[in-house]
Amino acid sequence: MIRRALLHLLALTCAMPAAGQEISDRLGPAEAGHELVVRSTTDLSVLRPVLEDFLAAWPDVAIRYEQWLSNNLYRLTLEDCEARGAGADLVISSAVHHMVELVNRGCAYTHVSDQTLALPDALVWRDELWGVTREPAVMIYDRTRVPEEDVPRSRFDLLDLLRASDGPYAGRVATYDIEASGLGYLFAYADSLEATTFGGLMEAFGRSDTVATCCSAEIMEGVLRGDYLLAYNIIGSYALQLAEDNPELGIVAPSDYTLMLSRGAMIPQHADSPQLAATLVDYLLSDPGRAALAEAHLITDLEMLIANGAAAPSLGSSALRPVELSPKLLVASDRHKKQLFQARWRDAFPANSAKAP
Amino acid sequence: MTDAATPRTTLSLKSRVAVAVAAVVLVGGVIVLVAALAYGRHAAREAYDRLLVGAASDIAESITIRDGQPVVDMPVSAFELLSLARKDRIDYRVVDRDGRTLTGSAEAPRPETRRDLALYGGTFGTEPARYAAVVRRFAERGYSGPVEVIVGHTLRARQDLARDIAQNALAVLGLAGAVIALFASLAVASALRPLTNIGDALAHRDPTDLTPLREPAPREIAALRDALNGFMRRLERQLTANRTLISDAAHQLRTPVAAIRVQLQAAAEEPDPERKAALIARVQNRAGAFGHLLEQLLSQGMVIHRGDAVAKEPLDLRDVALEIYEQSETALFPEGAEVRLDLPPKEVAVSGDMLSLTEAGKNLLGNALRHGTAPVALGVRRVGGEAWLWVRDAGSGPGPDILDRMGERFTRDNASAGIGGLGLAIASSVAANHDGRLDRHSDGDGFEIALSLPLEEAA
Repeated sequence: MIRRALLHLLALTCAMPAAGQEISDRLGPAEAGHELVVRSTTDLSVLRPVLEDFLAAWPDVAIRYEQWLSNNLYRLTLEDCEARGAGADLVISSAVHHMVELVNRGCAYTHVSDQTLALPDALVWRDELWGVTREPAVMIYDRTRVPEEDVPRSRFDLLDLLRASDGPYAGRVATYDIEASGLGYLFAYADSLEATTFGGLMEAFGRSDTVATCCSAEIMEGVLRGDYLLAYNIIGSYALQLAEDNPELGIVAPSDYTLMLSRGAMIPQHADSPQLAATLVDYLLSDPGRAALAEAHLITDLEMLIANGAAAPSLGSSALRPVELSPKLLVASDRHKKQLFQARWRDAFPANSAKAP
Repeated sequence: MTDAATPRTTLSLKSRVAVAVAAVVLVGGVIVLVAALAYGRHAAREAYDRLLVGAASDIAESITIRDGQPVVDMPVSAFELLSLARKDRIDYRVVDRDGRTLTGSAEAPRPETRRDLALYGGTFGTEPARYAAVVRRFAERGYSGPVEVIVGHTLRARQDLARDIAQNALAVLGLAGAVIALFASLAVASALRPLTNIGDALAHRDPTDLTPLREPAPREIAALRDALNGFMRRLERQLTANRTLISDAAHQLRTPVAAIRVQLQAAAEEPDPERKAALIARVQNRAGAFGHLLEQLLSQGMVIHRGDAVAKEPLDLRDVALEIYEQSETALFPEGAEVRLDLPPKEVAVSGDMLSLTEAGKNLLGNALRHGTAPVALGVRRVGGEAWLWVRDAGSGPGPDILDRMGERFTRDNASAGIGGLGLAIASSVAANHDGRLDRHSDGDGFEIALSLPLEEAA
C-alpha cells in the first residue's frame, strides 16, 4: 500500500519525458461550462483535495490540471507569454525565481482583492505574484538506521556528521541535483545567501560523495528503501505527507535556520479566463483554502513543525526564513550567476555532473 | 414705485473678500500644482536615477575577467537597491566590447551616445522605463576594452512619489487657503463693526439731534463719518438760519405793520384833509422802508442759504463791482448821487458766488449812499494776497456802536437805528462764507469798508 503510493508519486514526478508534461487530468463535472487550465509543479495527488474543495463551491467549473517539471513549466509559460498565446489560466510553481522572472518580463495579469491585500509584503509582488503555500526545506533521515545521537538538528551537526570522508555517512546522503531541479537550485541559491555554512556544506558534500539527484520523490524513495541514510533540503510538504504513512521517516527543520518556501501563483497575461483564475487564487488565500492547503501539508507553520517533532520547542519564529517574492530573486535567474553557481556545484559533485541530464 | 426708488445694495464686502481669496487660492493652487508636479517629477527622477546608477555601478564592480572573458558575479545588493522601487519591473543587460550581451535581457535598449554614464528613457516590454548605463574599462591581458552595464526599471515608484509630493503640496495649499479665508473674514468683520456702530447710532438718534458722531472708526470709514458730520453741520446751519429768518421776520415786521395800521386808522379818522394827507404820506414812507427791510431779510436768507448750498466758481472781482454798479444805478442811487468806479486794469481772480458777492456789495454801497458823505466810490484792488471789494465815502463812518455789532444779526435796536446794521450783517455773512472778512478803516479823506477775499492765483 505504502509502496504503491510511493511508486505512484515517483511515476508522477520522475518517470516522464524530459520536455513533456508529467500528467494531465480533468477535475470537476464533465458538463461544466467553464474550464480552468492550471499548470503546476505540485503533485496532483497532493493538491487534488484542495482543488476539489474549490470545485465544490463552483459547480459550473472544471479544472484541467497539468503537472510539469519546474524548468519545463518556466520555458512553456515564457513561450506562451512571448507568443501572446493563451496557455494556462493559472501557473503555480515552487521555483519562485522563475515566477519572479516571468512577472518581471510583464507576463502576468494584475489582480487585487481583500485576500491578496492581506498577504505579507514578502509574499506578494506587483499584485501579480502571490505566495500560496508555506513549506519548509527540511532534512529527512531513516529512523531505523540513524542512531538518535547522530540525528543532525542543524547544518552544523550535518557538517560534523560529514567530516570524515570514510565515515558511515559517506555516499549515504542525498540532495537535489540543482541542474535538474529548479527547486533544488532555488534552495541552494537561498542557502548561499543565508549563511556562510553553505560553502562548508558544499565541500563536505563533495568530500563525502553525497549523491545529487532529481526530485523529492526519488530521494524519499531512496531513504525509505535504505539507499540513503539522510537527505538534505527536501521540500517539507511531501516529507510530512509521506511520514504519515511511514513512521520510520524522520524529519528535521534545521534549528540554525529553516527556509520557508511559498509556491508562487501567477495568472498569465493572455489567459482565457483570468477572472476565474483570480477566483481560484482568492480561494487559495482565503481561510477555507488555507485550511485545505494545511490539510494537504502545503501550509506548515512553526507550531505544526514542533507538534510533529521536526523542530525543537525552543525554535524561534526568526529561524524560519521565507523565500521572499521580490525582484532580488532575479539574480538567481541571471545567466552568469547560474553558470558560476553550477560550476561551483560541479566542483563539489564531480561524479554527479557527469551523469546529469 | 417705492421699490424703484430704494437704493441698490451691492455684493457684500464679505462676499467680495471671499471671491478675492478664492481667486488667490485658485490661481495660487494652479501655479503650486504645476510647480509641485514639476518639482515632484524632478525629485522622483533624481532619487530613482541615483538608485539606477548605484545598482549599475554595483554590477560593474562585480565584473572580473576570467580566461579573457568578462564574467559578472551578479551582486544581490544591486537588486536590493532596485527593489526599493517595490513594484517596478527591472531590466538589465551587460554588453562586452563587441556588443554581445553577456547576461541579462538582450532587448534592453543601449544609450544613443557612448559615455561613461548615461541616463535615458526607453521602453521595457510595453511599459515606459528609465535606464542608466555605466561603462567600466578593462586593460587586462586577456580583455582590453569597455564593458557596458545597463540597468533600467519601470516608472511606477517615480510616478507614485511625484504624485505624493504634489498631493502634499496641495494639501498644504488648501490648509493655507482655509486659514487665509478665516482671517480675511475675521478682519472684514472687525473692520466693518464701526460702520454698523455708526448706523446704529444714527438709527437711534433723536431727529433734532444734529451733533457730530463721536464713534471711533478706521481711516476709510472715518471719511464717511466725517462727511456725515459735515453734512449734519450744514444741515444745522440751514435750519438755524431758517429759524432765525423766521423769528427775525416776525420780530422785524410786527412793529412796522402795527405802526402802519395805526397810522392808516388815524388817517381814516382824520377829518382835516391837510393832516390826513400828511399822515398818508408818512404811511407811504413807512411802507417803502418796510418793503426795503423785507427785501433785505430775504436777501440775507438767500445769502446764508447760498453760502452752504452753492458751489463757488472762479470769477473776476471787477465783474462783481461792475454788476453792483449797474444794479445800484437804477435801484439805489438817489437823485443826482454819483458813484465813482475805480477798477484796476488787470483781472482780480477770486473764487466765489457772484450773486452773494453782488448782494453784499450792493448793501455796502447802499449804506454809503444813505448814511455816508458824498463823493462815494466803489472799487477793487489787490492788497497782498487778498482781493478787496471796497466802498469809500468822505464822511467819518458809522459810530462805534454800529461797528461793534457788525457781523451780528438783528438786534432790537436795528429797527430804530435803521437798516444799516442789517446790510452790514449780510456783507459780513458773505465774507464769512467766502473765507474772507469785512475790513474798515477811517483816515483823513473819509471812511472805507472792504470785503476782503483770498486772491486766487490766475491761471
